[in-house]
Amino acid sequence: MKILLQNLTKIFPGRGKKNTQEVIAVNDFTFEIPDGKLVGLLGPSGCGKSTTLYMISGLQKPSGGKIFFGEDDVTELSAENRGVGLVFQNYALYPHMTVKQNILFPLQNLRGEDKLPKDKMIERAYYAAKLVQIDDLMDRKPSELSGGQQQRVAIARALVKMPKVLLLDEPLSNLDARLRLQTREEIRRIQKDTGITTIFVTHDQEEAMSISDLIVVMKLGVVQQIGKPQDVYDDPTNLFVAKFLGTPPINVFTGKVSGGKLFIGDAPVLDVPGVEDREVTVGIRPEGFVLDENGPLVCGLNSVEVMGRDVSVVCRHENAVSPVIRAIIDADNKVAAGETVRYTLKPHKVFLFSKEDENRIRF
Amino acid sequence: MVESKHKWKAWLYLSPAIILLLVFTVWPIINTVRMAFLENYNSMGAVGGKIYAFGIGNFKQVLDYKLFLNCLGNTMLLTVLTVPLSTILALLIAVCLNAIKPLQRILQTIFFLPYVTNSIAIGMVFAAMFNMVGSAFGGENEIVVTAGIINNVIEFFGGEAVNWINAGSTYAANITVMVVYIVWNALPFKILILLGGLQSINKQYYDAARVDGTRRSRVFTKITVPLLSPMLAYVVITGFIGGFKEYSSIVGIFGEHMGPAGDAKRLNTMVGFIYDSLSTQQGRASAAALILFGIIFVVTMINLYVSKKKTHY
Repeated sequence: MKILLQNLTKIFPGRGKKNTQEVIAVNDFTFEIPDGKLVGLLGPSGCGKSTTLYMISGLQKPSGGKIFFGEDDVTELSAENRGVGLVFQNYALYPHMTVKQNILFPLQNLRGEDKLPKDKMIERAYYAAKLVQIDDLMDRKPSELSGGQQQRVAIARALVKMPKVLLLDEPLSNLDARLRLQTREEIRRIQKDTGITTIFVTHDQEEAMSISDLIVVMKLGVVQQIGKPQDVYDDPTNLFVAKFLGTPPINVFTGKVSGGKLFIGDAPVLDVPGVEDREVTVGIRPEGFVLDENGPLVCGLNSVEVMGRDVSVVCRHENAVSPVIRAIIDADNKVAAGETVRYTLKPHKVFLFSKEDENRIRF
Repeated sequence: MVESKHKWKAWLYLSPAIILLLVFTVWPIINTVRMAFLENYNSMGAVGGKIYAFGIGNFKQVLDYKLFLNCLGNTMLLTVLTVPLSTILALLIAVCLNAIKPLQRILQTIFFLPYVTNSIAIGMVFAAMFNMVGSAFGGENEIVVTAGIINNVIEFFGGEAVNWINAGSTYAANITVMVVYIVWNALPFKILILLGGLQSINKQYYDAARVDGTRRSRVFTKITVPLLSPMLAYVVITGFIGGFKEYSSIVGIFGEHMGPAGDAKRLNTMVGFIYDSLSTQQGRASAAALILFGIIFVVTMINLYVSKKKTHY
């Protein structure tokens, strides 16, 4: 089922005498989530992504705007009646119930014509448990499970009533690195198997990039960019998005455009036809550097980190915003020891941004 | 771990507490046991150098004593009636208090007031509220005049005044008054504990329950009560222990006669029985105290056993 968010806004009023300033958590968010897709809401903490998720779930009421599930306006519908599955950041498994009871709980809440006979409920619970591979843990209490297992129980509990929408709030943040990798694949698989429209919230760009069909990058309640992960990565609309996506992060320089050429410092590093002369902020992806003995961009060499497949060249440049810049190059290229290293740049890995509003300047 | 050469310092620092405990807790316990097993023990006699034989005569005396069973019955009845009632009421009030945001502090204070008020004083107020004047002297021309506010209310709604606590009142009426008073008196502490427990329950469980479409009644029985069960167990166990030690509340309403005028000792309790024996028959009082201890011990063990099965920690 598709979900339509229309001018969705959430304002938290200022509380008390000291803190009178109201907070706009989500500002005029309009977006249609296509049916059966996995969408990642991505942004730094406090950007309104969780608030958006909770508004979709019905646990929080929007201050303005509308939410549609399919053709139905559900803005005024309470959480109880929306039929969404929600996985909380710390899972919120009922500690006094076994895994089985936890998974059965949403089914036992069904009333009227939705009510299932008991054996049907058990069958559904086991089906959901099998889907997340915890059917051998059904009689344990949540406290007897590892973080990853608890996470799966939470997903099973959210899935068991076959929701039209599955919402996940920072689903991987409590897991260790290895489990996180494994679980995110799992979430992807479950989502594909069930075809449930899924929205998940994360502050980890890698997580969002790796499994989402679409990502929504947010900052301070305002949507910055929506698109396929690769598209957003390759074509960021502003400096924030460019900086937020990618590990290692994008390298930022101050530069200027003069006569259709981009200068970093005094060196003309790239042809940028069609850009008027002006001061710019330059973002260069780590993989946008090409070693070249005669390259125009001269950087001081700090160190070389060999990471097997790739080599990460750590260097410095007086026009760089951060003290170190990182270039990722193929391990086949040998970096000559020395004081400096010279690069040419791949044009499609270089982004120009306006100095004033940080928006992208295309060339 | 303290190094051995400094151990004496540790004992030194602990000594005030240890000495106080030894003198005022440990020795009285030992002495109670000793007195209970000395036939017809009497402290005046003991001071006079009388030697008492060892035996279980005191216990026999206690059990044979007609009033003892009466006291035991009263204590049991009051405990069994008041503990569940006050716990359920306190739970409901705590849940309601927890649900409302405005005025919560003020209401919390109001509900806590009985706890800081003297129970004898409250008892006297309750006695006045349940009072009835005139009816006791039921002569031919006697006009029944009610004075207590409870009877005023009953009559306002067209009911007939009830003789709650005065001479000629029924046992059921007396017990009703006692139950109302004890429950009212027991509420604040229980509300405090349960409200604290409620406020420590993670709100996310309720959010999860809402998303899962849980009815309110089910949220209460399946989530709130189980998550509150450690506090409930605590409140019930201390309630039972307190209930078996019931004494001052009856003094508060009926005075030290422990019963309505003309029927003294009717509402006497275990602790009352011990007090009554204390001035002359210390042996018997000690035996009764040990019996009371045994009852509380067994009931608490049962409580713990049941709560271990039903409580989620």
